[in-house]
Amino acid sequence: MTITLDQTIAQKTHTPLALLLRSQVFWVFVAIVAACIFLSFATDSFATSKNIFNITRNVTFTAIIALGMTMVIIIGGIDLSVGSVLCLSSMMLAITMHAGYGLEIGITVAIVTSLAVGAFNGVLIAYLGFPPFVVTLGMLSIARSLAMVASNNTVVFEFGPDHARLLDLGGGAWLFGIANPVLYMIALAIIVGFILRWTKFGRHLYAIGGNESAAILTGVPVRLIKVAVYMISALSAGIAGIIQTGWLGAVTTNIGTGMELQVIAAAVIGGASLVGGVGTAIGALIGAALIEIIRNSLGLLGINAFWQGAFIGGCIIIAVAFERVRQLRSSE
Amino acid sequence: MAILELANVSKHFGAIQAVNDVSFSLEAGEVVGLMGDNGAGKSTLVKMIAGNFSPSEGTMRMDGQPLNMHRPVDARRHGIEIVHQDLALCNNLTAAANVFLGREVHRWFGPLRVLDYSRMYKRSAEIFAELKSETRPRDLIKSMSGGQRQAVAIARTRLSDAKVVLMDEPTAAISVRQVAEVLNLIRRLRDQGVTVVLISHRMPDVFDVADRVIVLRRGRMVADRRIAESSPEEVTGLITGAIERV
Repeated sequence: MTITLDQTIAQKTHTPLALLLRSQVFWVFVAIVAACIFLSFATDSFATSKNIFNITRNVTFTAIIALGMTMVIIIGGIDLSVGSVLCLSSMMLAITMHAGYGLEIGITVAIVTSLAVGAFNGVLIAYLGFPPFVVTLGMLSIARSLAMVASNNTVVFEFGPDHARLLDLGGGAWLFGIANPVLYMIALAIIVGFILRWTKFGRHLYAIGGNESAAILTGVPVRLIKVAVYMISALSAGIAGIIQTGWLGAVTTNIGTGMELQVIAAAVIGGASLVGGVGTAIGALIGAALIEIIRNSLGLLGINAFWQGAFIGGCIIIAVAFERVRQLRSSE
Repeated sequence: MAILELANVSKHFGAIQAVNDVSFSLEAGEVVGLMGDNGAGKSTLVKMIAGNFSPSEGTMRMDGQPLNMHRPVDARRHGIEIVHQDLALCNNLTAAANVFLGREVHRWFGPLRVLDYSRMYKRSAEIFAELKSETRPRDLIKSMSGGQRQAVAIARTRLSDAKVVLMDEPTAAISVRQVAEVLNLIRRLRDQGVTVVLISHRMPDVFDVADRVIVLRRGRMVADRRIAESSPEEVTGLITGAIERV
């Protein structure tokens, strides 16, 4: 019997079910569902609409930045500056609005600042060949320092004429009682997921992470793409900063401190590999969700909050162990 | 009719003369072995044809038109494709994604321009079928054998209907059985009228598949012989310098 062309095309190495069972995102999702079921029985307060509202909203800030971070990790890079960029973006928004400008101008200033930071990171990394770890570590320090300089290290909680609009933007619930930040997160996740799966740009990110020199040889504009990716990462931090400002209603210069580690943890738990070439948008959300559920449940179960770090760290190591086992299996 | 013609091509880097006064022409549908010891100037010559360097002196013509190239993509535009020694494949992508890397095909999805997966799968499957390779478009490169990887790298050159394909040491790091597979791929290319330049250290491969052999020694071309009129012993002598010139 001869095999037709269509049969050859349709042939996959694995069935959809096998692929699902091999996917890290799926198992993390299973863990989340299991934890939720356990918590709804073990505590009275978990499955309340107020707690669910809180969890979903708290997930968003980590998740939005994790979307950008996932793209950076896919190309084999890292961005340690996101927590500080979030702070700088918030502060630029706050100062601009405090000075009497409207919401639109404030958001524009915050976004332009974030993009400029991302472009600076990207150019140093892509065109001057600096290691991403070092460049963004430097930026982690610089961006927060700039936020302190800009605000003279004060707390800003009055946002001028558009004060109420800003608080509604971050703190409202415009659709079916879902917190606004969650809506933004879902919209951004759809956009990132679309870019990764359906555009040439997304395809090229995986190519750069898989084999950078091959990407260069086949004519992929590697440097431009790298700059764009670091700009997207900073943009995601900037957007999270804007939303968080509206939600908190005040900006201090220590918001977003240590957030880079939580975001990287979310991306890695969601299946992104620091070696590059692997990662998904849905993984970023699921990773962020798992971290938030751990935090939330420890509180509800009455476990000392000092244990949080141990649980989240354990999850990161388990996620990497998962990846390692798969590598060993496939190399056999 | 010559397809690619080199006339008195030289390349020097400062005081070092890497390629010195090389002239030859390639016909459509022939396989030419390019041999020489390390440092004989093979890589420099290939990099000039591939558009990485421009020659210091001399001219290169493709189909009678002078070749003006500043970047590797220019070579592709002129119908010259290179299969790199390390194949330049991404292990984390599928065969089809690698074939179309940098030349992705799009379709419209409403107002959005999206990757056309089905057309890319279909076209790569057709090319693999032409090459009589068992490679499947949806398989990931990391799960493939050396021969299948070569097929993917060669399939790329078919995408643009290249007239000249330069293959850099395609049989250097693969098993004996896969060497036979790769030599067959080269014959398929030739059967479709493609000129193949096979850069190789392996005498048996060149004598198995090539029509002609060009030998470089210390930047100079010392032989341009038909395989039928030469012998491995003669070529070895030419490479090492035991035979001065023929």
